[in-house]
Amino acid sequence: MFGAHLAEPADFEGWRRQARVLAQREIPPGDIVWHVGDEPMALFVDQPVNHLACDPLFRLNVPREFLDLAEQVVCHRDPERFGLLYRLLLRLKREPDLLKVATDPDVHRLNTMARAVRRDLHKMTAFVRFRQVRDNAEGEVFVAWFEPEHFIVRRVSSFFVNRFSSMRWSILTPLASLHWDGTALQIAEGAAKRDSPDDDAMEDYWRTYYANIFNPARLKIKAMKAEMPEKYWRNLPEAELIAPLIAGASQRMSAMVKAAPTSPSIRHARQQSRQAELIGGTAGIPSDWVQAATAARSCARCDLCRDATQTVFGKGPLDAAVMFVGEQPGDQEDLAGEPFIGPAGQIFNKAIAQAGLERDRAYITNAVKHFKFTVRGKRRIHQSPNAGEIKACRFWLGLEREFVRPRLIVAMGATALTSLLGKATSISSLRGQITSLDDGTPMIATVHPSYLLRLPDEAEREKETARFVADLNSAKGILSALLDPE
Amino acid sequence: MARFSVMQKLEILSDAAKYDASCASSNTTKRNSVGGKGIGSTTGSGICHSYAPDGRCISLLKILLTNFCSYDCIFCINRSSSNVTRARFSVEEVVDLTLNFYKRNYIEGLFLSSGIIRSPDYTMAEMVRVAQMLRELHDFRGYIHLKLIPSASPDLVAQAGLYADRVSVNVELPSEASLKRFAPEKQSRDISAAMGSLKLRIDESKAERAVSRKAPAFSPAGQSTQLIVGADDASDAVILQRSAQLYGSFGLKRVYYSAFSPIPDASAQLPLSDPPLMREHRLYQADWLTRFYGFEIGEILDDSSGHMLDLTVDPKLAWALRHRSRFPVDVNRADRETLLRVPGLGTRSVKSILEMRRFRRLRLDDVARLARSLRVLRNFILAEDWRPGALLDSERLRLHLAPKSQQLALL
Repeated sequence: MFGAHLAEPADFEGWRRQARVLAQREIPPGDIVWHVGDEPMALFVDQPVNHLACDPLFRLNVPREFLDLAEQVVCHRDPERFGLLYRLLLRLKREPDLLKVATDPDVHRLNTMARAVRRDLHKMTAFVRFRQVRDNAEGEVFVAWFEPEHFIVRRVSSFFVNRFSSMRWSILTPLASLHWDGTALQIAEGAAKRDSPDDDAMEDYWRTYYANIFNPARLKIKAMKAEMPEKYWRNLPEAELIAPLIAGASQRMSAMVKAAPTSPSIRHARQQSRQAELIGGTAGIPSDWVQAATAARSCARCDLCRDATQTVFGKGPLDAAVMFVGEQPGDQEDLAGEPFIGPAGQIFNKAIAQAGLERDRAYITNAVKHFKFTVRGKRRIHQSPNAGEIKACRFWLGLEREFVRPRLIVAMGATALTSLLGKATSISSLRGQITSLDDGTPMIATVHPSYLLRLPDEAEREKETARFVADLNSAKGILSALLDPE
Repeated sequence: MARFSVMQKLEILSDAAKYDASCASSNTTKRNSVGGKGIGSTTGSGICHSYAPDGRCISLLKILLTNFCSYDCIFCINRSSSNVTRARFSVEEVVDLTLNFYKRNYIEGLFLSSGIIRSPDYTMAEMVRVAQMLRELHDFRGYIHLKLIPSASPDLVAQAGLYADRVSVNVELPSEASLKRFAPEKQSRDISAAMGSLKLRIDESKAERAVSRKAPAFSPAGQSTQLIVGADDASDAVILQRSAQLYGSFGLKRVYYSAFSPIPDASAQLPLSDPPLMREHRLYQADWLTRFYGFEIGEILDDSSGHMLDLTVDPKLAWALRHRSRFPVDVNRADRETLLRVPGLGTRSVKSILEMRRFRRLRLDDVARLARSLRVLRNFILAEDWRPGALLDSERLRLHLAPKSQQLALL
């Protein structure tokens, strides 16, 4: 019989070293006794593994996941843990993919043990409650008492060091204790509950919070117990409230339901009148651009306002000589509330600069002011506005034209053209010529910059981009002729 | 106004905060306090430090800075027409409470919200001061969630996002009509515009941090929102469509559904009865199905199901019962998408199935070890040694699978 000795209950390195020696010799799991710390060695053990040398050239390859699993499993309190891990190690030598077979009885059992350890670790980070013991010249010192189910104290220590590194604290448990003095961690012998302080002034505040954050109208005791099992309650200062809170819940609930509504205080009336002033309201037809832009924010002339983030009204100087009209805001424009700032906006900016026009001096808007889209998972897919939506939004474009009075309008894309002309019209039929709108304003038509984005063929895209720039160029020519007839 | 002690204020202002369902402290940047002069760390998954008998986790100190509010949202305990006791914390009081709770390991951090006093900007500035003091004066590295006042100025929003792990805005009611009716001062366009600008800032900060880790993180845990269920007459279909639009438009981490529950000094305009907890639960399940299981809302609620989720059985089982011809599914052959639609299989079980069946064919015993329970599942699968009996085609399957307490009893 082989005897493997481990320095402490969760001695991963000790297990690993001896498991290597044993695995190299293919010692069957049944021929090994694993014992921890001061436990007396079984009488029938005649071969201490510590005395066996390991061939330094011996290589034992295991999946990385196995080491992670083993590090967790050694913390479990099941006395069979070391033997089970060793048995799996031997099997992995022959079946390297065994860990992927989650339902293999060995794999399943060890995974279940690892999960129990992880849960215990997590619950310890959640349910440790520090109590302050003194506040003298040395500063605050905090002490907690906790009873973990498994041998996790060493493994959990880094969590508390990372979180409370500038504090001085101790966590006492029955098997081991952690002491942190602000710079170094000491892992010491276990302690007893009486070694820890029995109160803290903040616990009344904590209980007050616990009692008041609880909603008596939604009692779900099973859900609470599933996540905060009763075994932890004895060390939780808030747990003494659980029974009385449950007992009083239904009465509090029915009291709320039965209580007659009260009449509002005078303060409420004052606030209501203040609010009414603040919100105000501009009814009727807007008489200037600011009123139009404000009214457009709450536009509901069609259904697009329901899903769109916000109205994207036109932007630019109100004395701009040229007005660019696009189709509708896209994803980015919808989020930011500004026209032409997304990918199509970038193309537009580049083209307009190439044509020698200044974006800041132009008024830029869209035929439709709300983004139309369908949701596909996490993405929003653009949809073209229909005739009804274009017609509904013509109202706003009309006001923009009225208040800006541009000398020239550039219609970009079929939607803009349809809106400006009041009937469906193709770009190709009007491109390269000046069209006079109903109020006499000259208009030229070109493609929408997003059309250029969608062209798959690079040569085609270059050609069409050049045509787009040429259109903007001619807009510039027309504009200077209009502004300076000489 | 009466002068309250900190204890009394805590009582009033945590009671006033409990109707916000959010408690997450997960998915932010990883930090610890080593080398700093303060305390605090964040882990990937967040920690629930306690649970109240309502089954909700207590992860953060969730309080209001004040419950004075100039708005009169009918469903809200803090609406201006209510006669609840009003109180207000000072910035320093909130900071002290947060640190004192944190040092004792009661909480992961602070979730601060507020009634609106004086002006949206004034209120927001006070909340930002709390976060700033925690971060800058005390080098606090724990979790901070700030509720955003929708019409606060962009500068304040920018600061809030730099100090906080998460900033969020609550939509509260799924339709603009309900919002007008129940929250007359809230402007739905302000709420969505605020969420839109948060999304742009969060994306921008992510892009910058992909280039340089030193770039400041803006709301690194993303944004979330809450919809109240059962205060207005919105159907589940309306609520889920609204969620889909919110996830799609603003990249939300979570939409929280909060069953409307009776509040002290409630308005006579509202239905005061048991909160629709099962409906809330079903909405969460449906939400999960759309985000992790490949379901479209139009499949969960289709023409034959009506506009409300089935309260008796979960939405995945309800879908499977309407599409029996697609079952049984062979766990040894079916692809991931198909397996995810099997009632009783979760994302983790499906992952294990796909991993192990490369090496071994699954028997019913294997499936039992991977799944939580076979009771429902066995009716919908084929395994190496298992095929379901005739029951699958029986009209009685639904009755058979519904929780026993829901079945009719013989008088």
